[in-house]
Amino acid sequence: MLDKVLFYFFALIAVASSVLMVTRRNVVHSAIFLITALLATAGIFLQLRAEFLFIVQIILYVGGIMVLFVFVIMLVNLDVALQQIQFARQKWVALFVALALAGQVGLMFWTSGKMPGQGLPVLTAAAAAKLPLNSETVARSLFESYLLPFEIASVLLLVAMIGAVVMAKKRA
Amino acid sequence: MMTSIFQATIEFLKAFWAPLLCGVAIVAVLPLIVGYIVLVERKLMADMQARLGPMRVGPHGLLQPIADAVKLLIKEDIIPDNADKLVFWLAPVLSVGAALLSLAGLAIGPAFQIAQDINIGILFVVGVSALGIFGIVLGGWASNSHYSLMGALRSSAQLVSYETAAGMAVVSALLFTGTLNIKSIVEAQSKEGIWFVMLAPVAFFTYLVASIAETNRAPFDLPEAESELVAGYMTEFSGFRWSLYFLAEYANMIVVASVATTLFLGGWLRPFSKVHELPGFHLLNLLDFVPVLLTVAIGVYCLQRTPKQPTRVQQTFMLAVAGLCFVLGLLLLAPVVVPIAIPFYAGIHGGFWFILKVSLYIYFFMWLRFTIPRYRFDQLMRLGWHFLIPLSIVNVLLVGVALIAGSYWNLHGWGLLLVTTPAAIVTLIVAFLILAMEKGRGAPQGQTAASDFYAG
Repeated sequence: MLDKVLFYFFALIAVASSVLMVTRRNVVHSAIFLITALLATAGIFLQLRAEFLFIVQIILYVGGIMVLFVFVIMLVNLDVALQQIQFARQKWVALFVALALAGQVGLMFWTSGKMPGQGLPVLTAAAAAKLPLNSETVARSLFESYLLPFEIASVLLLVAMIGAVVMAKKRA
Repeated sequence: MMTSIFQATIEFLKAFWAPLLCGVAIVAVLPLIVGYIVLVERKLMADMQARLGPMRVGPHGLLQPIADAVKLLIKEDIIPDNADKLVFWLAPVLSVGAALLSLAGLAIGPAFQIAQDINIGILFVVGVSALGIFGIVLGGWASNSHYSLMGALRSSAQLVSYETAAGMAVVSALLFTGTLNIKSIVEAQSKEGIWFVMLAPVAFFTYLVASIAETNRAPFDLPEAESELVAGYMTEFSGFRWSLYFLAEYANMIVVASVATTLFLGGWLRPFSKVHELPGFHLLNLLDFVPVLLTVAIGVYCLQRTPKQPTRVQQTFMLAVAGLCFVLGLLLLAPVVVPIAIPFYAGIHGGFWFILKVSLYIYFFMWLRFTIPRYRFDQLMRLGWHFLIPLSIVNVLLVGVALIAGSYWNLHGWGLLLVTTPAAIVTLIVAFLILAMEKGRGAPQGQTAASDFYAG
């Protein structure tokens, strides 16, 4: 019962603040609503007993990326930016993509349970006390089962980071 | 729908009434504690500058925090005309909320922890307390003032730079425990019989510097540098909102001090805590009487000062303080002497040692504030990016190597010093190399455009 209430609470906040984020004119307000949406998603992770994912979402997305976002927004002159023509010229493409995605998700819900081996998997919830320790499990799967993909991803990120630094330096 | 929500609330209250009560107690008491930290800071500053400090309200200014709180509450609350009102309202609340929420994860003694036994313990505290930056940045932006915006920008740049170093320092302490759970971290130090500050001194130093920068304290208090930016992001805030920012800043100090205490200084453990479990009499166990002696000494001093107070009210207040000290002394004496109270030893004395360590850490902050002049912004950035971050990364690597060597030779406790000390020495050599390279690069070749911007 508590789980359900918490889920709908966070889901409502996430959806509402996502809508508000897209519709606000003021960029800083958009950023605030994006932060709220990210925090609500973190809340859903916590409700699913994925503590590590919850805190990583907060530290990386909210505490790291969003701080940089807000930082950059403040460096940009907002009044000038508002008067310039925004690059929102892809209305129809966006509509098409959104409809296609909605259709896909709808199809998955519709077919779920009707055909064997297709649609949404039905998971049975384990008791909270029985769950293995969350961060240890994540660490084990990252550093034991999927070590190579993990390392490749890290190298990729490092290359991107160094590339950004080199490009920024050239201009100066 | 309504009934189900009601039921869920009842279910929640039934399961979590004790932590909720603790939370309410913390929220209620913290402003008072912060007020007295401010008083101690003012007294210390006065002492270091050969003055008396606040003396008027109460004996030796002991009631000053309450007078200040009343003053702040009844001050006029001003919102600038062109401010973004909603964000202006939200920002201080965000700062305080993040600071208070992160206090929930801390363990003051083995028994007192609000969010008990969370798997992500230390990450929760560090991650949530970092969210307070939004209060500063949004508050600075919403004020619609150049000084505020500049303070906010400085603050976010500073926090992002120093969080990396602090995180790396936390990682090198966590390498010894292999867990994020706060209780287990302290228990690991109790099991090894050595505090991690001995095993990872460089990481402790890195965390110390980074935590000063993260809490915007002098010598890194550039976001609120009064000589350049009026009051930085707080310029347009007044009265109660301003005091919320102040509360958040001091609560953050308590948080970083508690994290450092938990990770490096043995949390609630007494010095030589392993001796306590040994059977028979041991000379080091007389350390258990130190808390009692300390409180009784303070009480006696208060009693001695009582007749010298000028007014009746101040005399009574001094007597009350003395009485409080004696009661505390009795409370601390009971678990050592009275057999029935022995099970409460860890809880009571743990709380004492934890609070003592946190206070010493905060005292160090204040000491630094009155000793070292403020850094320039480009110096601050260079210290963070060119010195602390490389140093902390090298330190993590070397501590890892030392731990592998330690498990190879099967070392434990104080024996681990055999491998971690060389690692620390190598890290120090690296640090001097970095410093020499910085010197070789010469004095700053003029500030870049960006650093000029922050410098105002």
